[in-house]
Amino acid sequence: MTDDTLLSARGLNLRFGNIPALIDVDADLWPGEVLAIVGESGSGKTTLLQVLSGRVAPQSGVVWYRDPEGRLLDVHAMPAPALRALHRSDWGFVHQNPRDNLRMGVTAGGNVGERLMAQGSRHYGRIRAEAIDWLKQVEIDGARVDDLPRVFSGGMLQRLQIARTLVTHPRLVFMDEPTGGLDVSVQARLLDLIRSLVRRLNIAAVLVTHDLAVARLLANRIMVMQRGVVVEAGLTDQVLDDPQHAYTQLLVSSVLSA
Amino acid sequence: MTGYNFAYLDEQTKRMIRRAILKAVAIPGHQIPFGSREMPLPYGWGTGGIQLTAAVLGPDDGLKVIDQGADDTTNAVSIRRFFARTAGVTTTTHTADATIIQTRHRIPELKLTDKQIIVYQVPQPEPLSKLESSRAETRRMHGLAEYGLMHVRLYEDITRFGHVSISYDYPVMVGGRYLMSPSPIPAFDNPKMHMMPALQLFGAGREQRIYAIPPYTTVESLDFDDHPFRTTRAPHACGLCGAADSYLDEVVTDDRGGRLYVCSDTDHCETRRTAGHTGTESPPVDAPAEQAA
Ligand SMILES: Nc1ncnc2c1ncn2[C@@H]1O[C@H](COP(=O)(O)OP(=O)(O)O)[C@@H](O)[C@H]1O
Ligand SMILES: [Mg+2]
Repeated sequence: MTDDTLLSARGLNLRFGNIPALIDVDADLWPGEVLAIVGESGSGKTTLLQVLSGRVAPQSGVVWYRDPEGRLLDVHAMPAPALRALHRSDWGFVHQNPRDNLRMGVTAGGNVGERLMAQGSRHYGRIRAEAIDWLKQVEIDGARVDDLPRVFSGGMLQRLQIARTLVTHPRLVFMDEPTGGLDVSVQARLLDLIRSLVRRLNIAAVLVTHDLAVARLLANRIMVMQRGVVVEAGLTDQVLDDPQHAYTQLLVSSVLSA
Repeated sequence: MTGYNFAYLDEQTKRMIRRAILKAVAIPGHQIPFGSREMPLPYGWGTGGIQLTAAVLGPDDGLKVIDQGADDTTNAVSIRRFFARTAGVTTTTHTADATIIQTRHRIPELKLTDKQIIVYQVPQPEPLSKLESSRAETRRMHGLAEYGLMHVRLYEDITRFGHVSISYDYPVMVGGRYLMSPSPIPAFDNPKMHMMPALQLFGAGREQRIYAIPPYTTVESLDFDDHPFRTTRAPHACGLCGAADSYLDEVVTDDRGGRLYVCSDTDHCETRRTAGHTGTESPPVDAPAEQAA
């Protein structure tokens, strides 16, 4: 791990019964960088994201996170309160299904404001103003701040989830197929939005996707997984333009022919 | 009294409850599980409070029982009789004379002293129950002091109604650490809990939880800086004693819309009247009651 690495994993292994979900996986992420994890369904992408974010423990291996004070934290050795605090402040998690993260019975403003309140914000007017500002940043009309998410479209729900996650300016965001399940036209707009937000806010992100086009648009670097093994990793353009591993070549050609 | 155990419960059970009380006092506002016993009255009638009272009651105690501020409701009368019979203790309706006050829905208007214990009957001890249904998750939230969700509830209230609409069981932070349900007392009574000289015990029979606020502990009602917690009361003086600062009940006096506002704390009202305070007994509906006194 170099002096400025934000997140670093070494030798991760995890089996579910006789299914090897992760085999000797290493990963590194630098501040402000987007790392895509790609591979076909069942290759271990979500499992890797869960292990990197401390939500699922590996059977062996270690995940390091460097906090804003420069201290290295062993994510899986941290006390639960400290890890939860990290998830509330420095980190964010964007789920594929926004309903897994949003409170559907709470207004858009309350959803966006929750992390602020969890961090101790106690000024209603400022929380609301910040919620409106964030709704606008994710291209939702600020006038909808008092609406319940129930009446939002799928694309709006995903943007609301992003606002709710980014409102506390996390340094690191984990995203699992954030555009999955959305119409293609809605996907394109959301991808543009994610790209401009992570650039402008200088957020580092680990992004899981089975879609190489998504990886190409958003990611600086890419890791290709097959049956729990990272078969190839490198700069996104290099890997996708000149794939070395046969599996990556297959993925790239199947996208091209699709 | 022979053949009966003092104050109904067997000594083993009382010891178990006292141990829970000690833990509760040691961790102000934290809910302690206890093995609630079958009591000769249904849940919701104060079985949690009765077990606490039985566990702390001694032969020299003076017991007062109030329900909605009144000493003379069926619930209050039957609990008082129950202890008069099973413990032979003196019972009283005078707040000042009581050493133990068991209550539902109110805190007496008279400032309690360090010689007194107040026992609250609690239907739902978990302040987060309406927001998070999983017990395991609420325990975790208490353990980590993750109370943002309760503020989301207040946020939603202000958004919808312009103010926090909780008028009973208004959530409080105890000792700057634990979020606590004060039981269904009016928010009007919340400030009385703050730095109270008396020991405050809370018992939930059905939910099998005991919690406590030791004397002189901070109790803050949750709020926002720009929407500070405020108590409200009916804008009237008591029609019987003229008190302008007590919590009032609205009493319908006839079938023509006649109304009377009277102290909900009956002992407070009687004490004032005995001291010579008077009110306009039956004010006309369209004119606010004049404060006598
Ligand atoms: N909790 C679990 N229990 C058992 N098997 C699991 C569990 N989670 C994932 N798996 C298995 O591990 C493999 C990798 O899954 P996953 O990480 O979800 O892949 P991906 O996200 O790439 O589709 C799959 O074979 C999956 O069935
Ligand atoms: Mg997956």
